[in-house]
Amino acid sequence: MAAKGWIEVSDTYCKGCELCISACPQNVMELNMAHLTPKGYHPAHTFKDGCTGCAICAVVCPDAAITVYREVTKSVSSMAAPV
Amino acid sequence: MTTENLVYERPEAFTEMPTHYCPGCTHGVAHRLVAEVLDEMGIVDKTIGVAPVGCAVFAYNYFATDFVEAPHGRAPAMATGVKRVLPDRVVFTYQGDGDLASIGMGEIVHAAARGENITVIFINNANYGMTGGQMAPTTLPGMKTSSSQSGRDVETQGYPIKVSEMLSTLEGVGYCVRRSLHDPKNIRLAKKAIRAAFETQVRGLGFSMVELLSTCPTNWGITPVNSLKFVEEHMVPAYPLGDYKVSDAVKQIKI
Ligand SMILES: Cc1ncc(C[n+]2csc(CCOP(=O)(O)OP(=O)(O)O)c2C)c(N)n1
Ligand code: SF4
Ligand code: SF4
Ligand code: SF4
Ligand SMILES: [Mg+2]
Repeated sequence: MAAKGWIEVSDTYCKGCELCISACPQNVMELNMAHLTPKGYHPAHTFKDGCTGCAICAVVCPDAAITVYREVTKSVSSMAAPV
Repeated sequence: MTTENLVYERPEAFTEMPTHYCPGCTHGVAHRLVAEVLDEMGIVDKTIGVAPVGCAVFAYNYFATDFVEAPHGRAPAMATGVKRVLPDRVVFTYQGDGDLASIGMGEIVHAAARGENITVIFINNANYGMTGGQMAPTTLPGMKTSSSQSGRDVETQGYPIKVSEMLSTLEGVGYCVRRSLHDPKNIRLAKKAIRAAFETQVRGLGFSMVELLSTCPTNWGITPVNSLKFVEEHMVPAYPLGDYKVSDAVKQIKI
């Protein structure tokens, strides 16, 4: 079974550029059209289950807006920095 | 949510300030990779950046390192002075293609020729982003910019300058490579190269530079996602990725 992960997208940093959305291998991201950041962008969010915590969205994000988490299974060493 | 769950978070080498870059501009990715490398090497406290003139002019606001701001194109000269006075510090410049390959071509060539023990992060986005997308020495043949509106005509405006290839011929250069920021795999390779460049400097092995193919969605007039495709389809063929010079001493580095 694929690992279970989740992300947090910062309202302070996200500029709604969509690079994470097009890079996410699970296609679980979209812009949140129901929400505006203080700067006036629709930020990215996950809109359905399926995030694996692979951190590819964070690797492509130009604004370091994404924090990535993954459910701990066994080996902690496999969670080295993704990039 | 314990730290055990954490896979990725914003680098500590960044300040809290959001950048002024346009949405989707890969200047931000380049900044992030530098910050991650500084964190991994544990050198934030002894690093001094030299900011350029260009869109990265405010880079000093974003890194938690010391920083100085150079006149247009003169970052390698300023970095030379800083490094010679404070040889125990890690000194890097961050320069665009207008800054480095146009007005600052003299400074970069001579800093490399002298083998100054500095690291250069060179952002090639094929135009002058900050001033409205004018043609740069790196603009592709036929590419439309605000000052080459029917496309760069190589008969009258010359051919793109391949900076990495040129600088790699100089004796003082320890490490000189070109990478791209257009997809996750290439971003990872770019980060490895930035690490290798800083390791070159820390070991006193001469001048190091990483050229990064980067986007300018605003002046290219296309979306950030399509800008990545433009890099892949048009810039990479014109500017082949690869290691142009890795000195024998640098090859021995084990990271
Ligand atoms: C001495 C001097 N000449 C010209 C300028 C105008 N100027 C500001 S930024 C820039 C070019 C920036 O292009 P580049 O270095 O490619 O950076 P980018 O914005 O694309 O990242 C120019 C010509 C200046 N500020 N100072
Ligand atoms: S890549 Fe970053 S800035 Fe762009 S939409 Fe995703 S989270 Fe926001
Ligand atoms: S961590 Fe991976 S799966 Fe989860 S949202 Fe980011 S890119 Fe998609
Ligand atoms: S003008 Fe171009 S290079 Fe400058 S921040 Fe905007 S997209 Fe990036
Ligand atoms: Mg430029």
